[in-house]
Amino acid sequence: MTQPKLQVKNCDLFYGDFQALKNIDLEIQEKEITAFIGPSGCGKSTLLKSLNRMNDLVEGCKITGEFTLDGVNIYKDMEITELRKRVGMVFQKPNLFPMSIYDNIAYGPRTHGIKKKAELDEIVETTLKQACVWDETKDRLKKSALGMSGGQQQRICIARALAVKPEVLLMDEPTSALDPISTIKIEELASELKKNYTIVIVTHNMQQATRISDKTAFFLHGEIVEFDDTHTIFSNPKEHKTLEYITGRFG
Amino acid sequence: MIITDTENTAAKVLTKELHCGNKSGRILEKGMKALFFLCACVSVAAVVVICVFMFAKGCPAIAKIGVKEFLLGSDWSPRNVPASYGIFPMIVGSLYCTAGAIIIGVPIGLMTAVFMAKFCPKKLFKWLMPPINLLAGIPSIVYGFFGMVVVVPLIRNVFGGTGNSVLTVSIILGIMILPTIVGMSVSALQAVPDSYYEGAVALGATHERAVATVVFPAAKSGILASVILAVGRAIGETMAVIMIAGNSPIIPESMLDGVRTLTGNIVIEMSYAEGLHYDALIGTGVVLFVFILLLNLCFNLITGRKDKG
Repeated sequence: MTQPKLQVKNCDLFYGDFQALKNIDLEIQEKEITAFIGPSGCGKSTLLKSLNRMNDLVEGCKITGEFTLDGVNIYKDMEITELRKRVGMVFQKPNLFPMSIYDNIAYGPRTHGIKKKAELDEIVETTLKQACVWDETKDRLKKSALGMSGGQQQRICIARALAVKPEVLLMDEPTSALDPISTIKIEELASELKKNYTIVIVTHNMQQATRISDKTAFFLHGEIVEFDDTHTIFSNPKEHKTLEYITGRFG
Repeated sequence: MIITDTENTAAKVLTKELHCGNKSGRILEKGMKALFFLCACVSVAAVVVICVFMFAKGCPAIAKIGVKEFLLGSDWSPRNVPASYGIFPMIVGSLYCTAGAIIIGVPIGLMTAVFMAKFCPKKLFKWLMPPINLLAGIPSIVYGFFGMVVVVPLIRNVFGGTGNSVLTVSIILGIMILPTIVGMSVSALQAVPDSYYEGAVALGATHERAVATVVFPAAKSGILASVILAVGRAIGETMAVIMIAGNSPIIPESMLDGVRTLTGNIVIEMSYAEGLHYDALIGTGVVLFVFILLLNLCFNLITGRKDKG
Protein backbone atom coordinates (compact mmCIF):
# COMPACT_ATOMS: atom_id res chain seq x y z
CA MET A 1 0.00 0.00 0.00
CA THR A 2 1.24 3.47 -0.86
CA GLN A 3 1.86 6.07 1.77
CA PRO A 4 -1.34 7.98 2.52
CA LYS A 5 -1.41 11.67 1.58
CA LEU A 6 -2.67 12.65 5.00
CA GLN A 7 -2.50 10.55 8.10
CA VAL A 8 -3.95 11.10 11.54
CA LYS A 9 -2.82 8.92 14.42
CA ASN A 10 -4.20 8.87 17.95
CA CYS A 11 -5.69 12.30 17.77
CA ASP A 12 -7.44 13.78 20.80
CA LEU A 13 -8.73 17.32 20.63
CA PHE A 14 -10.05 19.47 23.45
CA TYR A 15 -11.83 22.80 23.41
CA GLY A 16 -11.17 23.82 27.01
CA ASP A 17 -12.54 20.89 29.02
CA PHE A 18 -14.72 19.59 26.22
CA GLN A 19 -13.27 16.70 24.25
CA ALA A 20 -14.31 17.22 20.64
CA LEU A 21 -12.30 14.40 19.10
CA LYS A 22 -11.49 11.04 20.68
CA ASN A 23 -8.70 8.82 19.54
CA ILE A 24 -9.01 9.47 15.83
CA ASP A 25 -7.05 7.34 13.35
CA LEU A 26 -7.48 8.10 9.70
CA GLU A 27 -5.68 7.70 6.41
CA ILE A 28 -6.56 9.84 3.43
CA GLN A 29 -5.34 8.60 0.06
CA GLU A 30 -4.05 10.76 -2.74
CA LYS A 31 -6.39 11.91 -5.53
CA GLU A 32 -9.50 10.63 -3.87
CA ILE A 33 -12.46 12.39 -2.37
CA THR A 34 -12.96 11.56 1.27
CA ALA A 35 -16.27 12.61 2.81
CA PHE A 36 -16.87 13.21 6.52
CA ILE A 37 -20.49 12.68 7.50
CA GLY A 38 -22.28 12.69 10.82
CA PRO A 39 -24.73 14.74 12.88
CA SER A 40 -23.97 18.32 13.96
CA GLY A 41 -21.36 18.64 16.67
CA CYS A 42 -19.85 15.24 16.00
CA GLY A 43 -16.39 16.65 15.32
CA LYS A 44 -16.15 16.29 11.56
CA SER A 45 -15.47 19.99 10.90
CA THR A 46 -13.11 20.04 13.85
CA LEU A 47 -11.01 17.26 12.38
CA LEU A 48 -11.07 18.96 8.98
CA LYS A 49 -9.78 22.17 10.50
CA SER A 50 -7.02 20.30 12.28
CA LEU A 51 -5.70 19.15 8.92
CA ASN A 52 -4.53 22.66 8.01
CA ARG A 53 -4.21 23.86 11.59
CA MET A 54 -7.10 26.32 11.46
CA ASN A 55 -7.89 25.16 14.98
CA ASP A 56 -4.82 27.06 16.10
CA LEU A 57 -7.00 30.18 15.89
CA VAL A 58 -9.43 28.80 18.45
CA GLU A 59 -8.57 29.84 21.97
CA GLY A 60 -8.24 26.99 24.44
CA CYS A 61 -7.90 24.34 21.74
CA LYS A 62 -5.50 21.52 22.62
CA ILE A 63 -4.52 18.84 20.15
CA THR A 64 -2.55 15.67 20.77
CA GLY A 65 -1.64 12.91 18.38
CA GLU A 66 0.23 12.87 15.12
CA PHE A 67 -0.81 14.53 11.87
CA THR A 68 1.32 13.92 8.82
CA LEU A 69 1.28 15.18 5.25
CA ASP A 70 3.36 12.94 2.98
CA GLY A 71 4.90 11.54 6.15
CA VAL A 72 5.94 14.93 7.57
CA ASN A 73 4.46 15.99 10.91
CA ILE A 74 2.45 19.12 10.18
CA TYR A 75 2.40 20.34 13.78
CA LYS A 76 6.11 19.91 14.41
CA ASP A 77 8.18 19.81 11.26
CA MET A 78 6.43 22.18 8.90
CA GLU A 79 5.94 25.95 8.72
CA ILE A 80 2.28 26.77 9.16
CA THR A 81 2.24 28.97 6.04
CA GLU A 82 3.82 26.17 4.02
CA LEU A 83 1.21 23.74 5.33
CA ARG A 84 -1.68 26.01 4.44
CA LYS A 85 -0.25 26.60 1.00
CA ARG A 86 -0.20 22.85 0.42
CA VAL A 87 -3.51 22.17 2.15
CA GLY A 88 -6.08 24.68 0.93
CA MET A 89 -9.48 25.27 2.40
CA VAL A 90 -12.96 26.23 1.19
CA PHE A 91 -15.30 27.42 3.90
CA GLN A 92 -18.96 26.85 4.60
CA LYS A 93 -19.96 30.34 3.56
CA PRO A 94 -18.21 32.02 0.65
CA ASN A 95 -15.70 34.38 2.26
CA LEU A 96 -14.27 36.39 -0.60
CA PHE A 97 -12.41 39.52 0.43
CA PRO A 98 -14.05 42.88 -0.24
CA MET A 99 -11.84 43.53 -3.25
CA SER A 100 -11.93 42.73 -6.96
CA ILE A 101 -12.25 39.18 -8.26
CA TYR A 102 -8.76 39.47 -9.71
CA ASP A 103 -7.23 40.60 -6.41
CA ASN A 104 -9.04 37.82 -4.57
CA ILE A 105 -7.52 35.15 -6.78
CA ALA A 106 -4.14 36.87 -6.84
CA TYR A 107 -4.05 37.19 -3.05
CA GLY A 108 -2.65 33.73 -2.44
CA PRO A 109 0.03 33.81 -5.16
CA ARG A 110 1.06 37.32 -4.08
CA THR A 111 1.33 36.07 -0.51
CA HIS A 112 3.77 33.46 -1.70
CA GLY A 113 5.90 35.93 -3.57
CA ILE A 114 4.58 36.00 -7.13
CA LYS A 115 4.73 39.61 -8.29
CA LYS A 116 4.86 39.52 -12.10
CA LYS A 117 1.62 40.67 -13.67
CA ALA A 118 1.79 38.25 -16.60
CA GLU A 119 2.22 35.33 -14.25
CA LEU A 120 -0.67 36.49 -12.04
CA ASP A 121 -2.92 37.03 -15.08
CA GLU A 122 -2.16 33.49 -16.14
CA ILE A 123 -2.96 32.07 -12.69
CA VAL A 124 -6.20 34.02 -12.42
CA GLU A 125 -7.40 32.78 -15.78
CA THR A 126 -6.45 29.13 -15.30
CA THR A 127 -7.84 28.83 -11.81
CA LEU A 128 -11.12 30.52 -12.69
CA LYS A 129 -11.40 28.15 -15.64
CA GLN A 130 -10.58 25.20 -13.39
CA ALA A 131 -13.34 26.32 -11.04
CA CYS A 132 -15.76 26.65 -13.98
CA VAL A 133 -16.50 30.26 -13.27
CA TRP A 134 -14.36 31.93 -15.94
CA ASP A 135 -17.18 32.69 -18.38
CA GLU A 136 -19.16 34.51 -15.71
CA THR A 137 -16.23 36.50 -14.43
CA LYS A 138 -13.92 37.22 -17.34
CA ASP A 139 -15.55 40.57 -18.16
CA ARG A 140 -15.66 41.78 -14.59
CA LEU A 141 -12.38 40.72 -13.07
CA LYS A 142 -11.73 44.23 -11.80
CA LYS A 143 -15.13 44.55 -10.16
CA SER A 144 -15.91 43.73 -6.55
CA ALA A 145 -16.17 40.02 -5.91
CA LEU A 146 -19.04 40.62 -3.50
CA GLY A 147 -21.36 41.51 -6.39
CA MET A 148 -21.48 37.88 -7.57
CA SER A 149 -24.16 35.38 -6.54
CA GLY A 150 -23.56 32.99 -3.65
CA GLY A 151 -22.85 30.02 -5.91
CA GLN A 152 -20.49 32.02 -8.09
CA GLN A 153 -18.74 33.36 -5.00
CA GLN A 154 -18.20 29.85 -3.70
CA ARG A 155 -16.67 28.76 -7.00
CA ILE A 156 -14.45 31.84 -6.95
CA CYS A 157 -13.45 30.79 -3.42
CA ILE A 158 -12.45 27.42 -4.83
CA ALA A 159 -10.50 29.17 -7.58
CA ARG A 160 -8.80 31.31 -4.93
CA ALA A 161 -7.83 28.20 -2.99
CA LEU A 162 -6.51 26.56 -6.19
CA ALA A 163 -4.42 29.63 -7.06
CA VAL A 164 -1.73 28.72 -4.53
CA LYS A 165 -1.43 25.29 -6.17
CA PRO A 166 -2.38 23.19 -3.16
CA GLU A 167 -2.09 19.42 -3.04
CA VAL A 168 -5.04 18.88 -0.74
CA LEU A 169 -8.32 20.77 -0.75
CA LEU A 170 -10.41 20.79 2.42
CA MET A 171 -14.06 21.69 1.93
CA ASP A 172 -16.19 22.47 4.95
CA GLU A 173 -19.82 21.99 3.92
CA PRO A 174 -19.16 24.04 0.80
CA THR A 175 -22.69 23.77 -0.53
CA SER A 176 -24.77 24.15 2.63
CA ALA A 177 -25.43 27.84 1.92
CA LEU A 178 -26.17 27.29 -1.78
CA ASP A 179 -29.16 26.52 -3.98
CA PRO A 180 -29.48 23.06 -5.67
CA ILE A 181 -28.14 24.17 -9.04
CA SER A 182 -25.06 25.81 -7.55
CA THR A 183 -24.66 22.70 -5.40
CA ILE A 184 -24.58 20.44 -8.45
CA LYS A 185 -22.01 22.71 -10.09
CA ILE A 186 -19.76 22.54 -7.05
CA GLU A 187 -20.14 18.76 -6.88
CA GLU A 188 -19.23 18.37 -10.54
CA LEU A 189 -16.31 20.64 -9.94
CA ALA A 190 -15.12 18.53 -7.00
CA SER A 191 -15.30 15.36 -9.09
CA GLU A 192 -13.33 17.09 -11.82
CA LEU A 193 -10.69 18.40 -9.40
CA LYS A 194 -10.15 14.90 -8.01
CA LYS A 195 -7.89 14.13 -10.97
CA ASN A 196 -5.26 16.52 -9.64
CA TYR A 197 -6.08 17.10 -6.01
CA THR A 198 -6.79 15.18 -2.86
CA ILE A 199 -10.12 16.38 -1.53
CA VAL A 200 -11.64 16.09 1.93
CA ILE A 201 -15.21 17.27 2.18
CA VAL A 202 -17.45 17.68 5.20
CA THR A 203 -21.10 17.37 4.34
CA HIS A 204 -24.46 17.14 5.98
CA ASN A 205 -25.92 15.85 2.78
CA MET A 206 -25.58 12.07 2.51
CA GLN A 207 -26.61 12.04 -1.14
CA GLN A 208 -23.76 14.40 -1.77
CA ALA A 209 -21.35 11.99 -0.12
CA THR A 210 -22.63 9.09 -2.24
CA ARG A 211 -22.52 11.16 -5.41
CA ILE A 212 -18.96 12.41 -5.21
CA SER A 213 -16.84 10.65 -2.64
CA ASP A 214 -14.66 7.55 -2.85
CA LYS A 215 -14.30 7.03 0.89
CA THR A 216 -16.60 8.04 3.68
CA ALA A 217 -15.97 8.43 7.39
CA PHE A 218 -18.95 8.42 9.71
CA PHE A 219 -18.46 10.50 12.86
CA LEU A 220 -20.43 10.33 16.07
CA HIS A 221 -19.68 12.08 19.39
CA GLY A 222 -16.11 12.87 18.39
CA GLU A 223 -15.25 9.36 17.22
CA ILE A 224 -15.01 7.77 13.83
CA VAL A 225 -17.57 5.00 13.95
CA GLU A 226 -16.80 3.63 10.55
CA PHE A 227 -14.46 4.47 7.68
CA ASP A 228 -14.66 2.62 4.40
CA ASP A 229 -15.40 2.88 0.69
CA THR A 230 -18.42 5.11 0.21
CA HIS A 231 -20.19 2.30 -1.57
CA THR A 232 -19.72 -0.05 1.37
CA ILE A 233 -20.76 2.53 3.96
CA PHE A 234 -24.02 3.26 2.21
CA SER A 235 -24.94 -0.23 1.02
CA ASN A 236 -23.50 -2.53 3.57
CA PRO A 237 -22.31 -0.77 6.73
CA LYS A 238 -20.67 -2.88 9.39
CA GLU A 239 -21.75 -0.81 12.35
CA HIS A 240 -25.32 -0.62 13.51
CA LYS A 241 -25.03 3.12 14.30
CA THR A 242 -23.95 3.86 10.73
CA LEU A 243 -26.95 2.03 9.37
CA GLU A 244 -29.25 3.93 11.68
CA TYR A 245 -27.74 7.26 10.62
CA ILE A 246 -27.74 6.70 6.88
CA THR A 247 -31.30 5.43 6.95
CA GLY A 248 -32.30 8.62 8.73
CA ARG A 249 -33.23 7.18 12.11
CA PHE A 250 -31.31 9.93 13.94
CA GLY A 251 -29.11 12.92 13.28
CA MET B 1 -45.27 44.39 48.07
CA ILE B 2 -47.22 47.64 48.28
CA ILE B 3 -44.88 49.29 45.82
CA THR B 4 -45.19 46.39 43.42
CA ASP B 5 -48.94 46.49 43.66
CA THR B 6 -49.04 50.18 42.96
CA GLU B 7 -46.74 49.68 40.04
CA ASN B 8 -48.88 46.91 38.72
CA THR B 9 -51.97 49.03 38.98
CA ALA B 10 -50.24 51.92 37.29
CA ALA B 11 -49.04 49.64 34.53
CA LYS B 12 -52.53 48.24 34.11
CA VAL B 13 -54.04 51.68 33.90
CA LEU B 14 -51.44 52.73 31.40
CA THR B 15 -51.94 49.61 29.30
CA LYS B 16 -55.66 50.12 29.44
CA GLU B 17 -55.36 53.70 28.36
CA LEU B 18 -53.02 52.84 25.55
CA HIS B 19 -54.74 49.79 24.22
CA CYS B 20 -58.41 49.92 24.96
CA GLY B 21 -58.84 52.21 22.00
CA ASN B 22 -61.12 54.70 23.74
CA LYS B 23 -60.92 58.36 22.94
CA SER B 24 -58.75 59.53 25.80
CA GLY B 25 -56.33 56.67 25.13
CA ARG B 26 -55.90 57.71 21.54
CA ILE B 27 -55.37 61.31 22.50
CA LEU B 28 -52.69 60.24 24.98
CA GLU B 29 -51.01 58.16 22.32
CA LYS B 30 -50.98 61.04 19.87
CA GLY B 31 -49.79 63.39 22.56
CA MET B 32 -46.89 61.12 23.43
CA LYS B 33 -45.96 60.78 19.77
CA ALA B 34 -45.88 64.54 19.45
CA LEU B 35 -43.74 64.82 22.58
CA PHE B 36 -41.20 62.31 21.28
CA PHE B 37 -41.18 64.08 17.93
CA LEU B 38 -40.56 67.42 19.64
CA CYS B 39 -37.63 65.95 21.55
CA ALA B 40 -36.20 64.71 18.29
CA CYS B 41 -36.56 68.21 16.87
CA VAL B 42 -34.56 69.90 19.63
CA SER B 43 -31.12 69.10 18.24
CA VAL B 44 -32.18 69.73 14.67
CA ALA B 45 -33.61 73.07 15.71
CA ALA B 46 -30.40 73.89 17.56
CA VAL B 47 -28.34 73.29 14.44
CA VAL B 48 -30.69 75.37 12.31
CA VAL B 49 -30.74 78.25 14.79
CA ILE B 50 -26.96 78.22 15.12
CA CYS B 51 -26.58 78.20 11.33
CA VAL B 52 -28.98 81.10 10.91
CA PHE B 53 -27.36 83.09 13.69
CA MET B 54 -23.84 82.56 12.39
CA PHE B 55 -24.58 83.37 8.80
CA ALA B 56 -26.98 86.24 9.52
CA LYS B 57 -24.51 87.90 11.87
CA GLY B 58 -21.28 86.98 10.16
CA CYS B 59 -21.99 87.26 6.46
CA PRO B 60 -22.90 90.99 6.38
CA ALA B 61 -19.65 91.76 8.20
CA ILE B 62 -17.67 89.66 5.75
CA ALA B 63 -19.42 91.44 2.88
CA LYS B 64 -18.66 94.84 4.41
CA ILE B 65 -14.98 94.06 4.88
CA GLY B 66 -14.88 92.37 1.47
CA VAL B 67 -14.67 88.62 1.03
CA LYS B 68 -11.18 88.74 -0.45
CA GLU B 69 -9.81 91.18 2.14
CA PHE B 70 -11.35 89.15 4.93
CA LEU B 71 -10.25 85.66 3.85
CA LEU B 72 -6.94 86.47 2.19
CA GLY B 73 -5.89 89.63 3.98
CA SER B 74 -2.85 88.93 6.13
CA ASP B 75 -3.19 91.90 8.44
CA TRP B 76 -5.42 91.56 11.47
CA SER B 77 -5.41 94.87 13.33
CA PRO B 78 -8.96 95.66 14.39
CA ARG B 79 -7.88 98.56 16.64
CA ASN B 80 -5.90 100.45 14.02
CA VAL B 81 -7.40 103.42 12.23
CA PRO B 82 -8.44 102.44 9.65
CA ALA B 83 -8.92 98.93 11.00
CA SER B 84 -7.84 95.88 9.01
CA TYR B 85 -9.63 92.55 9.27
CA GLY B 86 -7.64 89.90 7.40
CA ILE B 87 -7.99 86.43 8.94
CA PHE B 88 -5.66 84.65 6.55
CA PRO B 89 -3.01 84.14 9.29
CA MET B 90 -5.61 82.43 11.46
CA ILE B 91 -6.85 80.22 8.61
CA VAL B 92 -3.28 79.20 7.90
CA GLY B 93 -2.64 78.77 11.62
CA SER B 94 -5.62 76.49 12.06
CA LEU B 95 -4.66 74.44 9.01
CA TYR B 96 -1.03 74.14 10.14
CA CYS B 97 -1.98 73.04 13.64
CA THR B 98 -4.56 70.57 12.35
CA ALA B 99 -2.14 69.18 9.80
CA GLY B 100 0.48 68.85 12.53
CA ALA B 101 -2.02 67.07 14.77
CA ILE B 102 -2.82 64.67 11.94
CA ILE B 103 0.84 63.98 11.24
CA ILE B 104 1.47 63.23 14.90
CA GLY B 105 -1.86 61.72 15.96
CA VAL B 106 -2.99 59.63 13.01
CA PRO B 107 -0.01 57.26 12.65
CA ILE B 108 0.17 56.71 16.41
CA GLY B 109 -3.59 56.30 16.63
CA LEU B 110 -3.87 53.87 13.75
CA MET B 111 -0.96 51.74 14.89
CA THR B 112 -2.43 51.69 18.39
CA ALA B 113 -5.79 50.64 16.98
CA VAL B 114 -4.32 47.83 14.89
CA PHE B 115 -2.34 46.61 17.87
CA MET B 116 -5.32 46.79 20.21
CA ALA B 117 -7.71 45.10 17.82
CA LYS B 118 -5.51 42.41 16.32
CA PHE B 119 -2.33 41.84 18.29
CA CYS B 120 -3.11 42.69 21.90
CA PRO B 121 -3.63 39.74 24.26
CA LYS B 122 -7.09 39.88 25.84
CA LYS B 123 -5.70 40.35 29.33
CA LEU B 124 -3.62 43.33 28.29
CA PHE B 125 -6.52 44.84 26.32
CA LYS B 126 -8.51 45.13 29.53
CA TRP B 127 -5.73 47.27 31.00
CA LEU B 128 -4.80 49.31 27.96
CA MET B 129 -8.17 50.37 26.57
CA PRO B 130 -9.63 52.25 29.58
CA PRO B 131 -6.73 54.75 29.82
CA ILE B 132 -7.05 55.45 26.11
CA ASN B 133 -10.75 56.11 26.53
CA LEU B 134 -10.01 58.24 29.56
CA LEU B 135 -7.96 60.56 27.34
CA ALA B 136 -11.23 61.57 25.72
CA GLY B 137 -12.69 62.60 29.05
CA ILE B 138 -9.88 64.87 30.20
CA PRO B 139 -11.03 68.51 30.01
CA SER B 140 -9.22 70.50 27.36
CA ILE B 141 -8.02 73.03 29.92
CA VAL B 142 -6.04 70.23 31.53
CA TYR B 143 -4.38 69.47 28.19
CA GLY B 144 -3.61 73.19 28.02
CA PHE B 145 -1.98 73.12 31.46
CA PHE B 146 0.00 70.05 30.56
CA GLY B 147 1.14 71.76 27.37
CA MET B 148 2.09 74.93 29.21
CA VAL B 149 3.93 73.29 32.05
CA VAL B 150 5.58 70.35 30.28
CA VAL B 151 5.61 70.65 26.48
CA VAL B 152 6.29 74.38 26.10
CA PRO B 153 9.46 74.33 28.26
CA LEU B 154 10.54 71.12 26.57
CA ILE B 155 10.27 72.65 23.09
CA ARG B 156 11.94 75.83 24.32
CA ASN B 157 14.88 73.91 25.76
CA VAL B 158 15.31 71.52 22.87
CA PHE B 159 14.61 73.70 19.82
CA GLY B 160 14.87 77.24 21.19
CA GLY B 161 12.34 80.02 20.66
CA THR B 162 9.57 80.77 23.11
CA GLY B 163 8.14 77.29 23.12
CA ASN B 164 4.69 78.59 22.21
CA SER B 165 4.62 77.22 18.69
CA VAL B 166 2.91 75.31 15.91
CA LEU B 167 4.89 72.26 16.99
CA THR B 168 3.66 72.49 20.59
CA VAL B 169 0.05 72.89 19.50
CA SER B 170 0.40 69.99 17.07
CA ILE B 171 1.75 67.70 19.78
CA ILE B 172 -1.06 68.52 22.21
CA LEU B 173 -3.76 68.27 19.54
CA GLY B 174 -2.20 65.04 18.30
CA ILE B 175 -2.63 63.59 21.78
CA MET B 176 -6.15 64.97 22.10
CA ILE B 177 -7.37 63.27 18.92
CA LEU B 178 -5.91 59.88 19.85
CA PRO B 179 -8.95 58.51 21.70
CA THR B 180 -11.26 59.37 18.80
CA ILE B 181 -9.03 57.64 16.28
CA VAL B 182 -8.20 54.64 18.45
CA GLY B 183 -11.73 54.06 19.74
CA MET B 184 -13.49 54.26 16.39
CA SER B 185 -10.78 52.40 14.48
CA VAL B 186 -10.69 49.56 17.00
CA SER B 187 -14.46 49.20 16.58
CA ALA B 188 -14.12 49.28 12.80
CA LEU B 189 -11.38 46.63 12.86
CA GLN B 190 -13.30 44.43 15.26
CA ALA B 191 -16.38 44.69 13.05
CA VAL B 192 -14.57 43.08 10.11
CA PRO B 193 -15.95 39.53 9.80
CA ASP B 194 -13.52 36.86 11.05
CA SER B 195 -14.19 34.96 7.84
CA TYR B 196 -12.02 37.44 5.92
CA TYR B 197 -9.15 36.84 8.28
CA GLU B 198 -9.63 33.08 8.18
CA GLY B 199 -9.76 33.15 4.40
CA ALA B 200 -6.44 34.93 4.29
CA VAL B 201 -4.58 32.71 6.75
CA ALA B 202 -6.05 29.61 5.08
CA LEU B 203 -4.22 30.71 1.93
CA GLY B 204 -0.95 30.67 3.84
CA ALA B 205 -0.79 34.34 4.82
CA THR B 206 0.87 35.15 8.13
CA HIS B 207 -1.15 36.87 10.84
CA GLU B 208 0.61 40.16 10.06
CA ARG B 209 -0.07 39.91 6.33
CA ALA B 210 -3.71 38.94 6.84
CA VAL B 211 -4.26 41.94 9.11
CA ALA B 212 -2.40 44.39 6.89
CA THR B 213 -3.76 43.30 3.52
CA VAL B 214 -7.26 42.05 4.27
CA VAL B 215 -8.61 43.15 7.66
CA PHE B 216 -7.26 46.71 7.61
CA PRO B 217 -8.48 47.51 4.07
CA ALA B 218 -11.87 46.01 4.91
CA ALA B 219 -12.15 48.46 7.81
CA LYS B 220 -10.86 51.45 5.90
CA SER B 221 -14.10 53.41 5.65
CA GLY B 222 -14.59 53.24 9.41
CA ILE B 223 -10.96 54.16 9.94
CA LEU B 224 -11.18 57.11 7.55
CA ALA B 225 -14.33 58.26 9.31
CA SER B 226 -12.46 58.23 12.62
CA VAL B 227 -9.70 60.38 11.13
CA ILE B 228 -12.21 62.90 9.80
CA LEU B 229 -13.94 63.17 13.17
CA ALA B 230 -10.54 63.63 14.75
CA VAL B 231 -9.71 66.42 12.32
CA GLY B 232 -12.97 68.08 13.28
CA ARG B 233 -11.99 67.88 16.90
CA ALA B 234 -8.53 69.30 16.24
CA ILE B 235 -9.73 72.24 14.18
CA GLY B 236 -12.39 73.14 16.71
CA GLU B 237 -10.23 72.89 19.82
CA THR B 238 -9.86 76.22 21.58
CA MET B 239 -8.89 76.25 25.22
CA ALA B 240 -5.90 73.97 25.11
CA VAL B 241 -4.64 75.74 22.01
CA ILE B 242 -4.67 79.34 23.20
CA MET B 243 -2.69 78.38 26.30
CA ILE B 244 0.26 77.18 24.25
CA ALA B 245 0.03 78.88 20.85
CA GLY B 246 1.49 82.31 21.47
CA ASN B 247 -1.51 83.75 19.66
CA SER B 248 0.08 86.53 17.63
CA PRO B 249 -1.96 86.96 14.45
CA ILE B 250 0.97 86.44 12.11
CA ILE B 251 1.48 83.68 9.56
CA PRO B 252 3.99 81.31 11.18
CA GLU B 253 7.14 80.86 9.12
CA SER B 254 8.42 77.79 10.89
CA MET B 255 7.27 75.04 13.17
CA LEU B 256 8.71 76.98 16.10
CA ASP B 257 6.85 80.23 15.46
CA GLY B 258 3.84 81.22 17.49
CA VAL B 259 0.46 80.85 15.89
CA ARG B 260 -3.14 82.01 16.29
CA THR B 261 -5.98 79.75 15.24
CA LEU B 262 -9.49 80.70 14.16
CA THR B 263 -10.91 79.55 17.46
CA GLY B 264 -8.23 81.40 19.38
CA ASN B 265 -8.97 84.59 17.46
CA ILE B 266 -12.58 84.53 18.56
CA VAL B 267 -12.07 83.70 22.20
CA ILE B 268 -9.21 86.11 22.79
CA GLU B 269 -10.94 89.22 21.45
CA MET B 270 -14.62 88.54 21.96
CA SER B 271 -14.73 90.04 25.44
CA TYR B 272 -13.82 93.56 24.41
CA ALA B 273 -14.78 93.69 20.73
CA GLU B 274 -17.57 95.93 19.52
CA GLY B 275 -19.10 97.06 16.24
CA LEU B 276 -17.52 95.72 13.07
CA HIS B 277 -14.74 94.10 15.09
CA TYR B 278 -17.35 92.07 16.94
CA ASP B 279 -19.05 91.06 13.71
CA ALA B 280 -15.71 90.18 12.12
CA LEU B 281 -15.12 87.73 14.96
CA ILE B 282 -18.46 86.11 14.21
CA GLY B 283 -17.32 86.05 10.58
CA THR B 284 -14.28 84.10 11.79
CA GLY B 285 -16.75 81.70 13.36
CA VAL B 286 -18.53 81.38 10.02
CA VAL B 287 -15.28 80.33 8.34
CA LEU B 288 -14.66 77.78 11.07
CA PHE B 289 -18.23 76.57 10.75
CA VAL B 290 -17.83 76.07 7.01
CA PHE B 291 -14.72 73.96 7.65
CA ILE B 292 -16.68 71.78 10.07
CA LEU B 293 -19.60 71.48 7.65
CA LEU B 294 -17.23 70.32 4.90
CA LEU B 295 -15.67 67.76 7.23
CA ASN B 296 -19.11 66.51 8.19
CA LEU B 297 -20.04 66.20 4.55
CA CYS B 298 -16.94 64.06 3.96
CA PHE B 299 -17.79 62.00 7.02
CA ASN B 300 -21.34 61.38 5.80
CA LEU B 301 -20.19 60.52 2.30
CA ILE B 302 -17.71 57.97 3.64
CA THR B 303 -19.98 56.34 6.20
CA GLY B 304 -22.92 56.43 3.76
CA ARG B 305 -20.86 54.59 1.19
CA LYS B 306 -20.03 51.95 3.77
CA ASP B 307 -23.70 51.32 4.54
CA LYS B 308 -24.48 50.83 0.88
CA GLY B 309 -21.52 48.52 0.21
